[in-house]
Amino acid sequence: MNKKMGIFAKISISLLAFWLIIFAFLPNILVLFSSFMSKGETEFLLFDFTFSNYVKIADTLYFSIFLGSFKIAIITTVTTLVFAYPFAFILATASKKYRALLLLFVIIPFWTSSLVRTYALIAILKTKGLLNALLLWIGFIDTPLEIMYTQSAVYIGMTYTLLPFMILPIYASIEKIDMRLVEAAKDLGASTFSQFTKIIIPLSLPGIIAGSTLVFLPSLGMFFIADILGGAKDLIIGSFIRNQFLTFRDWPFGSSAAIMLTFIMFFMIYLYSRASANISQKSTL
Amino acid sequence: MSKILLSLNNISKNFDKIEVLKNINLDIYDGEFLTLLGPSGCGKTTILRLIGGLESPTSGEIFMNGKNINNVSAEHRETNTVFQSYALFPHMSVYDNIAFGLKMKKMPKESIAIEVKKALEMVKLFKHKEKKPNELSGGQQQRVAIARAIVNKPLILLLDESLSALDYKLRKEMQIELKILQRQLGITFLFVTHDQEEALSMSDRIVVMNKGKIEQIGTPKEVYEEPKNLFVAKFIGEANTFVSTLLELKDSRAKIQYKESVFDLKCTKELTKECIMIIRPEDFRVERNLEDVKSKNYFAGKLKDLIYKGTTIDLLIETDDGEMLRASEFYNEDSDALGYMIGQPLYLYWVEGWETLLCNE
Repeated sequence: MNKKMGIFAKISISLLAFWLIIFAFLPNILVLFSSFMSKGETEFLLFDFTFSNYVKIADTLYFSIFLGSFKIAIITTVTTLVFAYPFAFILATASKKYRALLLLFVIIPFWTSSLVRTYALIAILKTKGLLNALLLWIGFIDTPLEIMYTQSAVYIGMTYTLLPFMILPIYASIEKIDMRLVEAAKDLGASTFSQFTKIIIPLSLPGIIAGSTLVFLPSLGMFFIADILGGAKDLIIGSFIRNQFLTFRDWPFGSSAAIMLTFIMFFMIYLYSRASANISQKSTL
Repeated sequence: MSKILLSLNNISKNFDKIEVLKNINLDIYDGEFLTLLGPSGCGKTTILRLIGGLESPTSGEIFMNGKNINNVSAEHRETNTVFQSYALFPHMSVYDNIAFGLKMKKMPKESIAIEVKKALEMVKLFKHKEKKPNELSGGQQQRVAIARAIVNKPLILLLDESLSALDYKLRKEMQIELKILQRQLGITFLFVTHDQEEALSMSDRIVVMNKGKIEQIGTPKEVYEEPKNLFVAKFIGEANTFVSTLLELKDSRAKIQYKESVFDLKCTKELTKECIMIIRPEDFRVERNLEDVKSKNYFAGKLKDLIYKGTTIDLLIETDDGEMLRASEFYNEDSDALGYMIGQPLYLYWVEGWETLLCNE
């Protein structure tokens, strides 16, 4: 039995390792190598060794793309956090019956491709779309809002797409909080506001950090939302990389941008794991 | 006793139509150590939560210092709770845990430091003040929980089965410490426990509860020696019970029949036809020979088993009509208590007046 399991485990792990090496590790190595090469007149890559691609990124023009992309990612993370936290709290404290239903609402969007859902958002956001129709009907506005192809549309799309990734980790960490601690805080004279700021939020911090990482990192790369809803006016790192490869055919430069992004992500994940290790060490009661 | 600090007036509490408390009336005096004692699920913790404001009563009123506090929420009540699970804040240091209540009251920082230091010294945890709760032992966590509550100087300290998570030896130590602390502080303690020994050794008064009702309120001596009913008698301490028939009751004497035996006992209260005689195991005296029995009221039987308990020895004696009786004897080195043989005939008698007579409800 044990030996059989051993063979099964070995086979499945080797398959997985093989898969990852072929389709994840090797391509990344290729990207890493090409980022040190240069672009030829007729060929995609010239086999020489240069740092020029990285020097080019440091150029203000390209650097500002990175900064702009960071700005979008930060604003997206903050807005998803603001929307997700109350929902996650309601989810975690709802009775079992409603909790299943609410969780279903969070999960349903995963059943459709996010690309398709982004196109569907156009129908809501466009000048003669559902949102404007609703707002006009209520009398909230007199003239339709121009949302499509603005940065607001990008934020709306990003927040919408990434919201579940914020809700689920926060929900998981709030659900784990011993509600007797909240009672204890109340007993010691904490107002509802203090119960939140001193007990519930600090104890759900691991979920907030996990959710923020899960939202921040993809929002650096989700170029299709910026393209479809923002009219490709705002370049985010993801669309910048795609443009280098597919439009300008400058593979080495695109590769170096991709490597930079990968490093930034590694760094963020490193920060996340350190922060969460710190917190879990503090609160393993 | 001093003035009434808190009173519960006809309190009832339902959870989803299940009645957990039925018409509870209880006065708590200022400065006393009052214990709510009862089996689990009897509603004692619910009373604590009602007083603390963590639950509100379905009907009835709660008065604190003569004022109705039904609508005062937990954070504004002058009560503090030591929770069964301690409920220490895991993300805060010992110091911050204890300072929490004072911070909520917006006390100036310097005064908080002084008060917390005093509380830390009182529970002997000063050198652990920077630690997180999970770095402390169970007994230390318990002390933090107590310090966190008393630092706020509540009018009543509510302790919810606070010692039951500790091991036997530590529990004994904490019982003494709590008692000393209560005398020092002069704060009213309302203690909830299902451990009768704990209740007897710590309390000024005990409230014995069962199934959402109060069975008896009295000093430890009263509830132990003069139990009002069979439940109290059996819950507090061990009791041999004899369901008997009242033959005659006159001139403050009762003649009762238990199986084949008739006992003639002192009795100053009314009894029903069906009555119960209760004798505590330690009230029985054990003799080997009938000549040594110094009472007309006795049982005869054979020794079935001996249970050695350190300071006492428990004898299980089977009477001639098949009843199992329990007697416990103190003994010292040269006592003959250990010399009993299983199967040996023994006689049990008691000093008249040490028995308790109850109506059979």
